[in-house]
Amino acid sequence: MQEIQSLMGGFAVAMTWFNLALMLAGVTLGVLIGVLPGLGGANGVAILLPLTFTMSQQPGGATSAIILLSCIYWGALFGGAITSILFNIPGEPWSVATTFDGYPLAQKGQAGAALTSAFTSSFIGALVAVILITFISPIIARFALRFGPPEFFSVYLLTFSAFVGMSKGTPFKTIAAMMAGFALAAVGIDTVTGQLRLTFGFTELLKGFDFLIAVIGLFGIGEILLTIEEGLEFRGTKAKLNLRVVLDTWKELPKYWKTSIRSSAVGCMMGIVPGGATPASFMAYGLAKKMSRDGEEFGTGKIEGVVAPETAAHAAGTSALLPMLTLGVPGSPTAAVLLGGLLIWGLQPGPLLFVEKPDFVWGLIASMYLGNIVGLIVVLTCVPLFASILRIPFAIIAPVILVICAIGAYTVHNSIFDVWLMIVFGILGYVFKKLDYPMAPLVLALVLGDRAEDAFRQSMLGPEGSLTVFFANPLVGTITGAALFLLFWPLISRALAIVRGRNGRGG
Amino acid sequence: MNRRTTAKTLLAAVVATAFSALTPAFAWEPTKTVEFIVPAGTGGGADQMARLTQSIIAKHNLMKQNMVVVNKGGGAGAEGFLDVKGAKGDPHKIIITLSNLFTTPMATGVPFNWKDLTPVRMLALDQFVLWVNKDNPATTAKDYVEAVKKAGPGKMKMGGTGSKQEDQIITVALEKQSGAKFTYIPYKGGGEVATQLVGKHVDSSVNNPIEAVAQWRAGNLKPLCVFDNERMPYKGKVAGQYSWNDIPTCKEAGVDTDYVMLRGIFMAGGVTPDQVKYYVDLFEKVRQTPEWKEFMERGAFNQTALTGKEYADWVAKAEKLHEGLMKEAGFMAKK
Repeated sequence: MQEIQSLMGGFAVAMTWFNLALMLAGVTLGVLIGVLPGLGGANGVAILLPLTFTMSQQPGGATSAIILLSCIYWGALFGGAITSILFNIPGEPWSVATTFDGYPLAQKGQAGAALTSAFTSSFIGALVAVILITFISPIIARFALRFGPPEFFSVYLLTFSAFVGMSKGTPFKTIAAMMAGFALAAVGIDTVTGQLRLTFGFTELLKGFDFLIAVIGLFGIGEILLTIEEGLEFRGTKAKLNLRVVLDTWKELPKYWKTSIRSSAVGCMMGIVPGGATPASFMAYGLAKKMSRDGEEFGTGKIEGVVAPETAAHAAGTSALLPMLTLGVPGSPTAAVLLGGLLIWGLQPGPLLFVEKPDFVWGLIASMYLGNIVGLIVVLTCVPLFASILRIPFAIIAPVILVICAIGAYTVHNSIFDVWLMIVFGILGYVFKKLDYPMAPLVLALVLGDRAEDAFRQSMLGPEGSLTVFFANPLVGTITGAALFLLFWPLISRALAIVRGRNGRGG
Repeated sequence: MNRRTTAKTLLAAVVATAFSALTPAFAWEPTKTVEFIVPAGTGGGADQMARLTQSIIAKHNLMKQNMVVVNKGGGAGAEGFLDVKGAKGDPHKIIITLSNLFTTPMATGVPFNWKDLTPVRMLALDQFVLWVNKDNPATTAKDYVEAVKKAGPGKMKMGGTGSKQEDQIITVALEKQSGAKFTYIPYKGGGEVATQLVGKHVDSSVNNPIEAVAQWRAGNLKPLCVFDNERMPYKGKVAGQYSWNDIPTCKEAGVDTDYVMLRGIFMAGGVTPDQVKYYVDLFEKVRQTPEWKEFMERGAFNQTALTGKEYADWVAKAEKLHEGLMKEAGFMAKK
């Protein structure tokens, strides 16, 4: 149990008043960053990175610096859920799947319960990931090395498969929405050929369609347009406004232990590989919907539909730091910025970091435990405050939301064109709702289409470039197999039902 | 304070007075926040250098106004370059370049050229090293290239960052020199390439020193040669008993290929010489700080740093070189 000893050493490093104050400041700042759509964790950390430079020059300062920055990250992970639940506007990409059930819950007057379960699940997901990092990081690091392009593609395929068929509309509408997403994802530079695609000579299209702008428009603006049409009010006004709601929700949460475990596993795998927090949240939601007894009712406001994506997103977000520390490969955009930070502070992420800078590494790991506890306390005490926002009349809050959305869209790339784009996506979102087209497949295709395509084409480039590479070894074969199984599950289950029915008649 | 430092301070004061006497009182200075554009994503080499500069400037109070780093990496950096091109005469915008200053307009046909910008100064040159997995039987670059030839065209995989950018250009140059043929696999980032090489999903890479050094020190990768005409000067032990200086040049190793990447600063077109001089001096001060020197050594950068006409000439020559390589490789955009 050498790890426990090291961890205790880490706690000794992390538990100074100065570091605890930094944690509190970082988490609070992070929650704000998470709430503002567009200003993501990566941007927030990047903006504050130069500030930590002076800090890192003092002895032990690098640990304090990373505590501050990683706590901003935890805060952003927590904060992303707030606007998703209250206004159907995902504050961060990984909280898109949280809107599916979180927002209906808020509309039913259960915003407090939705927020509590989102925050608590986030905490649990993070905790599982940190425990994993504490005890089996060397094994995990080796596992991550086994992922080449075919493995990545099979993981993305699994995400799509887990998600397909979860919308209630006709399959054709789902396919149409997904194809629109793929088309949007293809705009911009193509990694494999280095050529521009579908930009039609417009310089604004060079950077492609950012997922966040599409989401802010489709979900946020679209929802506001709908609300205007349906009568000027939010329906969440009856929200309970005391901390009792936290305790009441906690009583209910243990029921969903299976979902929690599954989502933690999905999240940790996606974080380590690294596939990212956003696909993890989608995959966990899709799996929960398929496997839960109440799967049919997902999307109408089920607590379980909030638990699944939030647990996975936070587990992935946290475990994404592991490949950064042990391999020097960032598991998420925010981890990429933190990695730059380590280099600037004079640390070298990579296999030797654990050996050469144990104080730093274990201090960071200890701060992951502490930072998440601090974060949970901060956000939970604010639940009534957040929920009470829904009491503000729509006529006042709607313009505020619009402005926040516009600022969010602008901050993604500092481009005014993106604000117009957001409005166009808003109108598209409204039309989609009216015509009963599902938006989730479009969003998923937009966020993963590009990466799935890269992975597929990288796999095809090699000398063994044929579809057999997706079954070339047990690892990739298993994932591909699972993906195909999930994809064809509706057909398989129907076939099974027929076989069973025949048997039944025979007996 | 001992006498020596007193004397030094005095000297410094005298020099400073002399300088201020020489500099006209109306020397240009930024009057608002300076935007430092990175034509690449967050976390990459250019981004790190820009953010380090920003923090050095803030820490040592080298500038009265603030500096903000803005990433505009869309379209392989075209977004950032077009932004600066469009800001003609704006002295509050500077941009750090990668080789995409040359390769992006050539490969994509996006209309910009370094001549649309004003060269300020070179900060350093980034090196490239040929890396293989530790289990690769080759011990020299020559061995490895022979093995690639023997395996047959396209059988061995070279991993690199981006398509039709510096990593692929080096690969093509290496192929041209040696007659070996690789299958080039483009990835999104340098760290990813290093990990893919450790996991043996590719056979070799041409990572920058800073991208692969962690894996070298851990004994997962080994360097075969550096693509420069001189060895890297850093003699401090990096990996076991080896230093950067121990890596032979590719010429020594029998595969004569060289390529270095510009890390330089440009401004928009139509700015005054006063304004350019301000930034030349500012970055000179940055280069003198211990933090910068440490960063240079850690990343094993080539510290050549040109200004003025020499810099512009270097850039013009580099453009020619890229044009030749890109043409030969068939990477030029169709007009």
